[in-house]
Amino acid sequence: MLSVSELSFERYFERVFEPVSFEVSAGSLLLVTGANGCGKTTLLRVLAGLLEPSEGELNCRQQPLYAGHNPAIKDDLSVTENIRFMMNFMGTRGNQDQTALCQQVIDKVGLSPVAQQEGRTLSAGQRKRCSLSRLLFCAESLWLLDEPYSNLDPEGIALLDSIMSAHLNAGGACVLTTHGSLRPEGFALQECLLISGRAQNEWTTT
Amino acid sequence: MRGAFLALLRRDFLLAYRRRAELLQPLVFLLVVVTLFPLGVGPSPQLLANIAPGVIWIAALLATVLPLDSLFRSDFEDGTLEQMALSGQPLALIALARTVAHWLVSGLPIVLMSPLLAMWMNLPDEGVPVLLKSLAIGTPVLSLVGAIGGALTVSLKRGGQLLSLLVFPLYVPLLILATSAVSAAVAGLPYGGQLGLMLAGMIGALTLAPFATAAALKLSLS
Repeated sequence: MLSVSELSFERYFERVFEPVSFEVSAGSLLLVTGANGCGKTTLLRVLAGLLEPSEGELNCRQQPLYAGHNPAIKDDLSVTENIRFMMNFMGTRGNQDQTALCQQVIDKVGLSPVAQQEGRTLSAGQRKRCSLSRLLFCAESLWLLDEPYSNLDPEGIALLDSIMSAHLNAGGACVLTTHGSLRPEGFALQECLLISGRAQNEWTTT
Repeated sequence: MRGAFLALLRRDFLLAYRRRAELLQPLVFLLVVVTLFPLGVGPSPQLLANIAPGVIWIAALLATVLPLDSLFRSDFEDGTLEQMALSGQPLALIALARTVAHWLVSGLPIVLMSPLLAMWMNLPDEGVPVLLKSLAIGTPVLSLVGAIGGALTVSLKRGGQLLSLLVFPLYVPLLILATSAVSAAVAGLPYGGQLGLMLAGMIGALTLAPFATAAALKLSLS
């Protein structure tokens, strides 16, 4: 579904991360780990197509779904309006009735008590849940999730794990980053440890 | 594609409605600028009538540029722009939808208010319909060309001044044609040529500007 060989990215003539190679096939989960600042987000942005790789090859059969640190929630729109816009703009799987689907999605991610509240009133965890609600209706089969566990409570983490395992069982694939403390539980996964280009240089000189 | 365009347009109207106060600012600005002129240059009716087309047009130009800085900014900052760019919908379509929404909420009210401004500035009656027409043709160009500047400066922290520097030179031909058409109409001379050239400019901007805006957005996103 996604194959990468010797991929690296340079910013101002300096490598953000050392070249990486991996392959993600249908039904598999790739965990990208590494310290803060080692280039996890940059790697995901390159995979999503927001940044052009400086070296190496990137083969991606279709446009992946990218859920980054910015939740893409409008402060002036309610949770329902935000989700409805995402459905209308990005499209949904199948041809379900959107009003019913929207209600289902909100119930599933546990936002029904705040469904009519404006985006600005949401807590960080609720924002995360709102932005992850896209995973429930999107048509993309490859997901790139950047620190999906941040700000989520244990119940939210279990919910995300169940959404991901359903997706993997249905033949989807997933790349997710984490800085180590929280990891997906009970998944067969590949792991890619990212090493910052600069850190590598320092190690070789000392 | 049509569904995405309409969804974006609907969202923009909803957002504009939620921030009604922000919406009024450019209009109040326009009224204040035009009101200040008689106080500054003197209330002589003949003098006001002579400068009316220029004053109204420059005020309209400033009022359109005012909200341009925020055209893509909030979508850029909260990550919506990134998601829209990755959604597979063409960026030019997103740019066009944002521009159309911008014109409908900030350009159209200016056009509708212009007869009132013309009366304030003592513009002779023959000039009013032409002023209205010139603004109806011209303000979409202001929005379309301004959107390119808005997209280019969206990743800068304070891009407002740079935006004005970028787009004002591009507005010069429009300003010259529009004021000359109104002055010609007041003097009883033919003005079709000027309006025709403006119309050509509008069609050019409508077909080309969204692509330039899309390219600028792409640049700002990487």
